[in-house]
Amino acid sequence: MSPSTLFLYLALSAAIFAIGAIGVLTRRNAIVVFICVELMLNAVNLTLVSFSRYWNDPAGSMLVFFVMCVAAAEAVVGLAIIIALFRNYKHANISEVNIFKW
Amino acid sequence: MKAFAPLIILLPLLGATVIGLGGFVAPGFRNQKGLIGALATICVAVPFAIVLGLFLGYDGNPVNIQLFSWMKTGSLDLSFGYTFDELSLLMGMIVTGVGALIHLYSTGYMHSDPGYYKFFLYLNLFIFAMLNLILGDNMVVTFLGWEGVGACSYFLIGFWYTDMEKAKAAQKAFVANRIGDFAFLVAMFIIYTNLGSLRYDAITITGDTAYWVALLLFIAATGKSAQIPLFVWLPDAMAGPTPVSALIHAATMVTSGIYLIARTSTGVFMQPGAEGVLLLISIVGAFTAIMAALIAITQNDIKKVLAYSTVSQLGFMFVALGAGAFSTAIFHVMTHAFFKACLFLGSGSVIHAMEHAHCVDDPQDIRTMGGLKKYMPHTSMTFWISTLAIAGIPGLSGFFSKDEILGKTFAAGHVNGGYYFVWVLCAITAFLTAFYMTRVTFLTFNGNKRYPEHDSHGHHVHIHESPAVMTIPLWVLAILAIVGGYVGLPEIIGHGHYNWISHHWLSKVVNNRVLHAEFSTEIILITASIAIAFAGVLLSYRLYNRYGITGDEKVQKFFGGFYKVMQNKFYLDEIYNAAVIRPFVYLSEHGVLAFDKTVVDGAVNGAGKAAYSIGGVLRTMQTGFVQNYALIMVGGILAFVGYLLFF
Repeated sequence: MSPSTLFLYLALSAAIFAIGAIGVLTRRNAIVVFICVELMLNAVNLTLVSFSRYWNDPAGSMLVFFVMCVAAAEAVVGLAIIIALFRNYKHANISEVNIFKW
Repeated sequence: MKAFAPLIILLPLLGATVIGLGGFVAPGFRNQKGLIGALATICVAVPFAIVLGLFLGYDGNPVNIQLFSWMKTGSLDLSFGYTFDELSLLMGMIVTGVGALIHLYSTGYMHSDPGYYKFFLYLNLFIFAMLNLILGDNMVVTFLGWEGVGACSYFLIGFWYTDMEKAKAAQKAFVANRIGDFAFLVAMFIIYTNLGSLRYDAITITGDTAYWVALLLFIAATGKSAQIPLFVWLPDAMAGPTPVSALIHAATMVTSGIYLIARTSTGVFMQPGAEGVLLLISIVGAFTAIMAALIAITQNDIKKVLAYSTVSQLGFMFVALGAGAFSTAIFHVMTHAFFKACLFLGSGSVIHAMEHAHCVDDPQDIRTMGGLKKYMPHTSMTFWISTLAIAGIPGLSGFFSKDEILGKTFAAGHVNGGYYFVWVLCAITAFLTAFYMTRVTFLTFNGNKRYPEHDSHGHHVHIHESPAVMTIPLWVLAILAIVGGYVGLPEIIGHGHYNWISHHWLSKVVNNRVLHAEFSTEIILITASIAIAFAGVLLSYRLYNRYGITGDEKVQKFFGGFYKVMQNKFYLDEIYNAAVIRPFVYLSEHGVLAFDKTVVDGAVNGAGKAAYSIGGVLRTMQTGFVQNYALIMVGGILAFVGYLLFF
């Protein structure tokens, strides 16, 4: 992989990450926020794989599997929280949920 | 015997623990008076037997036992170590022997008291603390015992604490002792910084440091051993039960100051630099002795007379210490323990009898006694023996020790002329002692009855002798008060070679100043002390035999206006009140209270208020919206990354 190809991959990854981060910060629907978190995670995965190929080092690719595992576990917990949220509020709008307020 | 040595210390502690826990956990145990009394007495009698065994088998080499290490930090290495040498064996025998007798006596005296188990708990605990004090091989264990006996003394003076007066007396004793304890602590700090050890066998201090350490140890002793200026607590300490007065406030605890000075005589008091303190000790002792004796003449409470007499005799012991005759002081500690314990127990027997007769308001007032000899033959006989012993009649124990003190003080006049002045004060005090002791004994047991024939219910008053558990200790102590002095025969017999206690036994532990007078001087001195004793006893006997209680008026006429000063205890309590206590209270109420309320409380409350208001501002950050937190986090990360990239 040439440096210019690597640059393209990293640019794509940065774009996806930025989209995810902005989504997390601006969207109101908990499900969408959640999907944006997944976007950020996968942007990072893309970076890891790109560098792995660039350096011919399989360690980065291995790390991706760990990230996927953690992401799966996180999805389980996150979705459970969203379901609990929905049962209580009858909606999933996080801008109206502030029970941890001072 | 060495294998049993730890039991000496542990048995009294065991007794106190069993009695205390038993009475606390099982209220039914409190009524097992026979069991409690026997247990407590055995827990002191067995240690006495062991100490006696160690004493009889003593081969000249001190026995040292180490129970366990207490703390080890840096260069400080403290352990519960105990030494049985000549001095501590002698003190140990006095404490456990007299202690066991007084325990036995108390089983009779305290029998109808509801606090019976508590009394024996404290008494056993006291013996434990006292043994720590005298047997400890380092100053810290001694200090532990020193504080322990102070605490037990406090518990026992305030034993009947529902009476406000008695509770106050206990507090007074505690506070006065605290001043002395402070000096003890400072002395220990100085010794430790200079030597790095607090073991008695390692203490050697010279020069200016010796002066200050000696002075501080002496101040410590004035607290515990009731000398000017701290003696005011001891007469008030008579608020406690009479066996306590006999054990703690006459025979053992109050002599711990003398023990401390004798124990450190080699390492501190006889070192160059401390001579000034020695003369001071003698002078303070002599003034205490004469002051207390003058007060004792005017008192009508039988226990108060004995209390002032104790202060006076302790003064004698300090005179001996100051003269450099440490073994003589310990000798007087021993003989005094015998006759003063006997006197106090005798007074307890009288008080016990007067209380049970229900005919007078105050069972301790000698003005309403008289003629008790007929009804209380044992008490009367033993009381008279002890009175003659303390008066210094030849042949009885008090004569030997007191004559030795007077002789040594006079001989010390060669070292410093000030000791001649001390000797004069002591000679006058010896006369006064003979006088007031004969007075109190005569007015109690001889002459006319002055208590009413009938009690408040109209019954005929019968005074009864105390039971055998009380009279047996009296007789044992009275016999000791007769023979106890023969261990220290005077200088004129074989130039002191037959003075076993000073010349053979104690001379290895304590560092006596070499004091010898001419043979002819010794003869004159001993004749003088015999004459003084007889003059005091006979004058007092004739006066009160002829005039009865009105003999006091003759004494009053003799002293004139000064009598009122003596009667009011030289106004010392009033002076202390005006000079120390009231300014202190005034300062607390007007100066320190305001400072405390504004500055101290202001700082403390201010810290709380500041935290509260800062928190009030900061908590508004907690909006509860997840996205706010995420935004702050992103901002933080951006700032962090920016810092890494651009700086």
